[in-house]
Amino acid sequence: MPKPIIRVTNLKKAFKDNKVLRGVNLEIQKGEIFALLGSNGAGKTTIIQILSTLLTQDEGTVTINDFDTRTQAEKVRESISLTGQFAAVDVMLTGRENLELIAKLRQDPNPKQTANDLLKRFGLDDAADRRTSTYSGGMTRRLDIAMSLLGTPAVIFLDEPTTGLDPEGRIEVWKTIKELANSGTTILLTTQYLNEAEELADKIAILRGGKIIANGTLGELKKMLPPAKKEYIEKQPSLEEIFFAITGKKETKS
Amino acid sequence: MKALKDTFTLLGRSLKHILRSPDTIITVAVMPIAFMLLFVYVFGGAIHTGAGNYVNYLLPGILLIAVASGVSYTAFRLFMDMQKGILSRFNSMPIKRSSVLWSHVLTSVVSNSISLAVIIGVALIMGFRSSASILEWLAVIGILLLFMLALTWLAVIPGLKAKSIDGASAFSYPLILLPFISSAFVPTNTMPTVVRVFAENQPVTAIVNAVRSLLSSSPVASDIWIALAWCLGIGIIAYLFAVRIYKRIA
Repeated sequence: MPKPIIRVTNLKKAFKDNKVLRGVNLEIQKGEIFALLGSNGAGKTTIIQILSTLLTQDEGTVTINDFDTRTQAEKVRESISLTGQFAAVDVMLTGRENLELIAKLRQDPNPKQTANDLLKRFGLDDAADRRTSTYSGGMTRRLDIAMSLLGTPAVIFLDEPTTGLDPEGRIEVWKTIKELANSGTTILLTTQYLNEAEELADKIAILRGGKIIANGTLGELKKMLPPAKKEYIEKQPSLEEIFFAITGKKETKS
Repeated sequence: MKALKDTFTLLGRSLKHILRSPDTIITVAVMPIAFMLLFVYVFGGAIHTGAGNYVNYLLPGILLIAVASGVSYTAFRLFMDMQKGILSRFNSMPIKRSSVLWSHVLTSVVSNSISLAVIIGVALIMGFRSSASILEWLAVIGILLLFMLALTWLAVIPGLKAKSIDGASAFSYPLILLPFISSAFVPTNTMPTVVRVFAENQPVTAIVNAVRSLLSSSPVASDIWIALAWCLGIGIIAYLFAVRIYKRIA
């Protein structure tokens, strides 16, 4: 087994009396898409904030790329990129300017060229010179994720990347995330949608009550259930299927 | 070196905000200009300052009011950056955290300077004249810049701590009122003792007196040192607090 790129050991964090994390253990391998699944308030964002050096834990250790988040925060920051729960784009700037800004801060030798390439890659070149306040939710999220790719970080954190998006936006973002995975970047994403984890992740961990209660591939998790039994149920179209049938878009199944 | 470069990159970003919403500069300039018109053309006839030209007497205080209201935009912009997760993005990147704060503070200095230039332009039309030499003008600019820095660092604190946009900018109201209980509009010697003691010992009076003396080429006495001490004192304490709060929230 190769050495994991992210290793979380016995992570604990409390806010006053509220013990959010009660000993979380995780190992994520290089190149994996790892989904952290949990309901609202389960502590997903707290884990992401500790991993991205925005918060310090009460107990336990986190290493990313062999650097300790507490003692070598600066080194960790060079290895990671955070796409937070709310798209952190500057609405007063254009898409291009947003990318160039982050590129400069990441010491990209050629910010203009890099921004241009990313705009093309994320299908934003038509909107590149419009202020991002005019973007749709899906476009904003795509730009947000594009901004996280600058500086080619080894690990990308995506905190609830599709929360608040309409179905079309969600599928756009899914497509983007799958493309990222093909480029070999390690992705840790949090989500409260089961189908999102199923759609995207190589490995899934379920966070509940401040601990990881299950962890493995989808296949492994399925084995934890009693064996499947056959039942005949009339299949009703879901509202989502109706929506896409009417609007004429097809869901991209991999 | 990288910290300095990052500060300027981020400064460029905030300056674009100002360029694209010039209303922030205009709003900052409008209220002090209205006060200036009101005091010169409505109350001015009844106010006897001992100095001939009331615009000359009034201008320093008006400039301070402009700065006091202008810095609230720093609190506003920081608050918005925090709300939108932009600070989290910057703070999870290899950027010195001080660069992020300094870029906001320098943006405030630039935009306030533009507002002050506009106000001085209007004052010139209203008959403001100065006999100050270049050196005296430089001293005036120096004091005003220090005052901007001090109040901007003060504004960083509510920007980081506020729970709402209104809360982020409400701190500036008492700052805007401070000049009214000072020598900015009328000489302090006509005030009742309690008010007078307060007026003569609060920062605005010393700063206003120093700027006013410099602009009229009269001796500045100890006012300038008291003014500098206030600006530096407020600035350094606010800076230390702001940095500490920033480290804790980020």
